[in-house]
Amino acid sequence: MNAFYGLFIVCALALAALVGVGGGGMTGLFAVAIPYAAVAIFVVGFALKVMCWAKSPVPFRIPTTGGQQKSLDWIPYARYDNPVNSRDTVVRMILEVLTFRSLFRNTTAVLGKTPDGKPQVGYFSEKWLWLAAILFHYSFLLIVIRHMRFFTEPVPLPIQWLDWADSILQIYSPTLYQTNLLFLAGLGWLLARRLLYPQIRYISNAADYFALFLIIGIALSGIYMRYVAKVDIVSIKQFTMSLVMFSPVVPKEIAPSFFVHLFLVCVLLAYFPFSKLMHLGGVFLSPTRNLPNDSRIHHHENPWNPKIKPHSYEAYEDDFREAMVEAGLPVVKQLEEEA
Amino acid sequence: MALKPEELLATIDYLNPPKTGWMETPNDFSPGRWPYPAKPDLHRAMGFKHAHEWKADEKDWHLPENWKQIISEGFKARLDKYRSFKVFMDVCVRCGACADKCHFYIGGGDPKNMPVLRAELMRSVYRADFTTAGKILGKLNGARVMEEDVLKEWFLYFYQCTECRRCSLFCPYGIDTAEITMMARELLHEVGLGINWIMEPVFNCNRTGNHLGIQPHAFKEIVEFMCDDIEEYTGVRINPPLNEPGHEVLFITPSGDAFADPGIYTFMGYLILFEAIGLDYTLSTYASEGGNFGLFTGADTMQKLNAKMYSEAKRLGAKWILGGECGHMWRVINQYMDTMNGYIQEGSNLTTPRNPITGTVFHNAKQTKMVHITEFTADLIKHGKLDLSPERNNHLRVTYHDSCNPARGMGLLEEPRYVIKNVCNNYFEMPPQTTREQTFCCGAGSGLNTEEIMEIRLRGGLPRGNALKYVQDKHDVNMMACICALDRATLIPVADFWAPGVQITGVHEMVANALNLKGQKKREVNLRGEELEEV
Ligand code: HEM
Ligand code: SF4
Ligand code: SF4
Repeated sequence: MNAFYGLFIVCALALAALVGVGGGGMTGLFAVAIPYAAVAIFVVGFALKVMCWAKSPVPFRIPTTGGQQKSLDWIPYARYDNPVNSRDTVVRMILEVLTFRSLFRNTTAVLGKTPDGKPQVGYFSEKWLWLAAILFHYSFLLIVIRHMRFFTEPVPLPIQWLDWADSILQIYSPTLYQTNLLFLAGLGWLLARRLLYPQIRYISNAADYFALFLIIGIALSGIYMRYVAKVDIVSIKQFTMSLVMFSPVVPKEIAPSFFVHLFLVCVLLAYFPFSKLMHLGGVFLSPTRNLPNDSRIHHHENPWNPKIKPHSYEAYEDDFREAMVEAGLPVVKQLEEEA
Repeated sequence: MALKPEELLATIDYLNPPKTGWMETPNDFSPGRWPYPAKPDLHRAMGFKHAHEWKADEKDWHLPENWKQIISEGFKARLDKYRSFKVFMDVCVRCGACADKCHFYIGGGDPKNMPVLRAELMRSVYRADFTTAGKILGKLNGARVMEEDVLKEWFLYFYQCTECRRCSLFCPYGIDTAEITMMARELLHEVGLGINWIMEPVFNCNRTGNHLGIQPHAFKEIVEFMCDDIEEYTGVRINPPLNEPGHEVLFITPSGDAFADPGIYTFMGYLILFEAIGLDYTLSTYASEGGNFGLFTGADTMQKLNAKMYSEAKRLGAKWILGGECGHMWRVINQYMDTMNGYIQEGSNLTTPRNPITGTVFHNAKQTKMVHITEFTADLIKHGKLDLSPERNNHLRVTYHDSCNPARGMGLLEEPRYVIKNVCNNYFEMPPQTTREQTFCCGAGSGLNTEEIMEIRLRGGLPRGNALKYVQDKHDVNMMACICALDRATLIPVADFWAPGVQITGVHEMVANALNLKGQKKREVNLRGEELEEV
């Protein structure tokens, strides 16, 4: 049901763009107003969200330690899983962000039987989620970078190289980008596991499917433009460059499918700061990962530390003095002083 | 516990979650599914508001009239105090990587015990109260408004989380459900909902210095009683100083070790070790608790109880503090203690700890001034300062359970292993997915070691119990060592149920059994008073 809602909303959005640009005569809205607004919402919303997180202090250093601590000199320690300095913490973060290292640890728990029939819980390495996530994210990144050729003139060399490398297989015409396939493969698995695994289906809500269908919609509309509709790239570039120069002109030759693509991207941009997609920013601020495990070594300051006093020794002794004296425990105040 | 292991296993079904969505699935408050409420006078005495009588299986929980407002304001206040909380409320993508990492989910199959859903219980309310998208889109965006049933659900499931952080290890963003559980429990306390198994130790610890409520004279008696046993078994009389100013080291260990088998053998182990090396130390009755159940109620309580450690070290003029075998105690010491109570050190004699026997300086404890006993003992062994006869432990085939907190909140993994391997000759590791940083909880941490929820505990104990069974079958393991006083109590039912025949021990019990004391008589029995075979 949740999957259906997600799909439905994305289809409705695509249709809205088609109708709006086709018969509706709202090309100006979809081509100019919405893109500018979406970019503005994305930039401002993203910044506000990150600032909102940053505003809350980090009262304690609570890294999740994923390996041996640094203690005695002769015990080798897990520098990057249990860092004690900033350098190693940065390395931990880089590995986390660039290689999804925690996700790489993933296992799946299976209730099975030993060969002699006794029940056993087994834990098997499960790398498919990691693989799909890596494929999806890196393809996404490359695709975004490739798109920069529409927003730059002349196109910087690195982007041209990337374009060349990505179509190196030289099959199909226009040449096929490998990232597109990997992107869809990654997305396909992320969607399939939500639909196929009962546990994951159970935890998925409509927003989870919406994000996936929206991105799939963007990918498919892009692929449709390139390989099926074969839209007029020259006039599109004219248009995108005019947006970049803040003097928008919408050439007549642009096919409606382009506006579907553009509108879905705008929706993604505008939706981003309000959604779980903000994990992009959040992962950098996660206190279980981005802090060294060093509060035994250095003082960490909690800005709101309430300095709550313990039940004092004096009060404790007052409470138990008689029994303490009788038991021969040292006391600070003698019984006679008490009176 | 009525179910047999096979019957319990047969109830677990990961592939068929309830037909109803999780927001629609009603709470099940059958007996055995919830810990008993805190006594109102204890709740009140510890400074919590809205103490009242209530029972989880009754419809009316007698909440304060403005409970929704209290929760909402408390929620907001915590979002502003903890970046962790705020980020974790926003960034989960529900990828499910954490789902089958939780022992309660593995042993029960209830989807609300997947860390991701446990956290969603709170996130759903967060979205409705504090986010634009949640306000507009409602349930489509996973939001729901706070109602009494939601609050009850919090109580049910945030007392089925042992704050073990295993989920956090696997989450691509490090989302730590333990952190969310702590916030939820704090909020529940604000509307008068707590559990007695936590509140009573907290109250006791505040007044008598330890969770068990052992008063000073009784504490002394217990120590003397242990010394009597030690004398009987080894022929050496020890007289540990109590509350004495002017010693170099203050030793603090969880009071669980002063109370019941097999913890007391570990306590005896410490005393024998200190005697053997001639350590200049004192025990304290005022700070006679290493553990800190305050951690399981809220940050303020944790701080209040923990503050006794530095206060007592200062009062007695100790140079540094040595800490015993305890799990959550070391989470507090490693990640909270100096941050919240370091200011008390000012004007004290505390300095960077230095092992007086080996000269090793514990630079890793430069700021807290507190050393873990296995760090200390490992250092002693490494420098050859202990006269050990590990063959006295030859009848033991030992494995080691990493407690969650020292593993994932500290990284104390090698030190205890090094010690164990030097004091016994037969050591076997459990499968790697169940040890070290991936270790599984005993099923009863974070104050859930109470009898009335035994079925939940045994379910949560399945991963540990099953791994234990594996080494029992494969290597004839008959002893599981641990460095946690709670474990020494909670692993016993887990082992009895899942791997009957395996016993539980602290590491320093084994150390002392192997350790030779000057002037000892022939060691014919171990610290449990059991005959040793001729070796
Ligand atoms: C930097 C560290 C990052 C990590 C560790 C990470 C990891 C993940 C993971 C594990 C998923 C879950 C896939 C699922 O839904 O099952 C996901 C989803 C997603 N990520 Fe990232 N991500 C990162 C950065 C980014 C960035 C930079 C973007 C930029 C656009 C991004 C966009 C997305 C999107 C759009 C999804 C949605 C897929 C879905 O909803 O399932 N992520 N990410
Ligand atoms: S692993 Fe992290 S992001 Fe994934 S569902 Fe669990 S808490 Fe959410
Ligand atoms: S902290 Fe431990 S008990 Fe709590 S949800 Fe995570 S894995 Fe489960």
